[in-house]
Amino acid sequence: MSSVLLIADHDGKSLNTGIARSVACARQLGTVHVAVFHAPDADAPCAAAARLDGVSRVLSVSNPVNGTPLAAVLAPQIARLAAEHEGGYDYVLAPSTTFGKDVLPRVAALMGVPQVSDLMEVIDARTFKRPIYAGNVITTVKVPEGIPVLATVRIASFQAVGDGEDAPIVAAQAEVELPDHTRYLGLVDTGGSDRPDLQSAPVVVAGGRGVGSEENFQVIFKLADKLGAAVGASRAAVDAGYVPNEMQVGQTGKIIAPDLYFAIGISGAIQHMTGIKDAGCIVAINKDGDAPIFEVADYGLVGDLFTLLPELEKALDD
Amino acid sequence: MKILVGIKRVIDYNVRVQVNRDGSGVVKEGVKMSINPFDEIAVEEALRMKERGDANEVVVVSIGPEAAQQQLRTALAMGADRAVLYQSDEEVQPLAAARALLAVVEAEDPGLVLLGKQAIDDDSNQVGQMLAALWNRPQATFVSALEFTDGVAKATREVDAGLENIEVELPAVVTVDLRLNEPRFVKMPDIMKAKRKPLEIKPFAELGVEMPVQLETTLHEPPPKRQGGVKVDSVQALVEALKNKGVLS
Repeated sequence: MSSVLLIADHDGKSLNTGIARSVACARQLGTVHVAVFHAPDADAPCAAAARLDGVSRVLSVSNPVNGTPLAAVLAPQIARLAAEHEGGYDYVLAPSTTFGKDVLPRVAALMGVPQVSDLMEVIDARTFKRPIYAGNVITTVKVPEGIPVLATVRIASFQAVGDGEDAPIVAAQAEVELPDHTRYLGLVDTGGSDRPDLQSAPVVVAGGRGVGSEENFQVIFKLADKLGAAVGASRAAVDAGYVPNEMQVGQTGKIIAPDLYFAIGISGAIQHMTGIKDAGCIVAINKDGDAPIFEVADYGLVGDLFTLLPELEKALDD
Repeated sequence: MKILVGIKRVIDYNVRVQVNRDGSGVVKEGVKMSINPFDEIAVEEALRMKERGDANEVVVVSIGPEAAQQQLRTALAMGADRAVLYQSDEEVQPLAAARALLAVVEAEDPGLVLLGKQAIDDDSNQVGQMLAALWNRPQATFVSALEFTDGVAKATREVDAGLENIEVELPAVVTVDLRLNEPRFVKMPDIMKAKRKPLEIKPFAELGVEMPVQLETTLHEPPPKRQGGVKVDSVQALVEALKNKGVLS
């Protein structure tokens, strides 16, 4: 049986929701070990990873320098673990979160092997599908024999696994010289909210340029709160400064797969569609009946969002 | 400080890309080609650094077909000082590109390498990170703000949680995101002036890159088409439809 090393994305307290989705991909390939690199006093994500169905072992790599997610510090440790632990792994995976995208290519270069980015489907042990051109083309790529397979997992393409039996948590060390040329200064407070996480919420309400201003975006927040939904935005809305960047959905923002997605005042540029094509049901509300978003929306409603949204909130009360 | 900027020739952002008849690639005949938009932002940032006095030379480099000199000329017209094309008609995947750029870095000895965070053709998002690893230097990826003081760069990165600041010692590799800047428009006199700026074309083989194992692409296909749905004529009809579908309780 092949062995898979999945690199956990976490913030020291909880596991990124993309890990449960990545496990769904990883367990199709072999026995799954999840590596959690963390500071000594921040091992809660280990237990969270151990609970996931399909994980057979958690490697807890504790080191004070692992308290912040710096690729230059983590990549040499991952490469060492991947090459030497238990005789070396056949697969090294990371979620296609900004963390995974930052660190895994650095690991691949250290190991001297290519990386498959945004793996969306497993065809066989070495053959995978992945999107290119903002998802307008799907390619089938094969990793030649004789080298480990490194890939980032397009998390929106996989359903999260549930909880299973607790896997053992084993301490592991990756003895390797680490650089000190990179320093983590911290997250910038962008006024984040208590709303559900955009990447894992079953319902997402997103606004675009049609919303018109930062103040007007309150109508999006109100509807989201009514639905218990996360809030997203198109690139146009973020560029215009209506909302912070972490709300951006699309090719260069987040790729999401909620059960229900409301696109409000979003015209539907190709780059935005890339971020939502795996949504279960798409609802579009836009005053331009010819907007491309209506070509993919399951339900479209043409009209002024400032009239329709209050009506919708009221209808949800009834 | 010298800045090295890597640029890639790609199908223009606005083209609706089509898979060719036998699934061996995408249609490129008669299609508009441009500088990868993220790389154009990297060029712009390098020029602004030079204009503020943080840098004194901007060198642009590309790996690709002979025609990629058009994109290098555009970068020269924007204001870059000189350009080098390492000509290759074969596909150069990210690890090979990173090894090639390492050879360029060793020859040019820049204080900073600026690249786009990803190319919009293969969407790999790998080359900058790989170059930083091979060079054994810091990386700052997905950068939307950048400042320099005394050999150190402070970079603001766009990450899933929002914005994150890191500090890297130079030399370093920085990959840029969309909101870092808005590239300038090139004016006709600049295009004329760019024709006299140095642009060298060298064979890719001259870099002496040990070619890594590359991925084999066996098929290109269009994505499964999402079925368009229906338009409803009222909020009540919408709520009813969502309830019937079971996505709204």
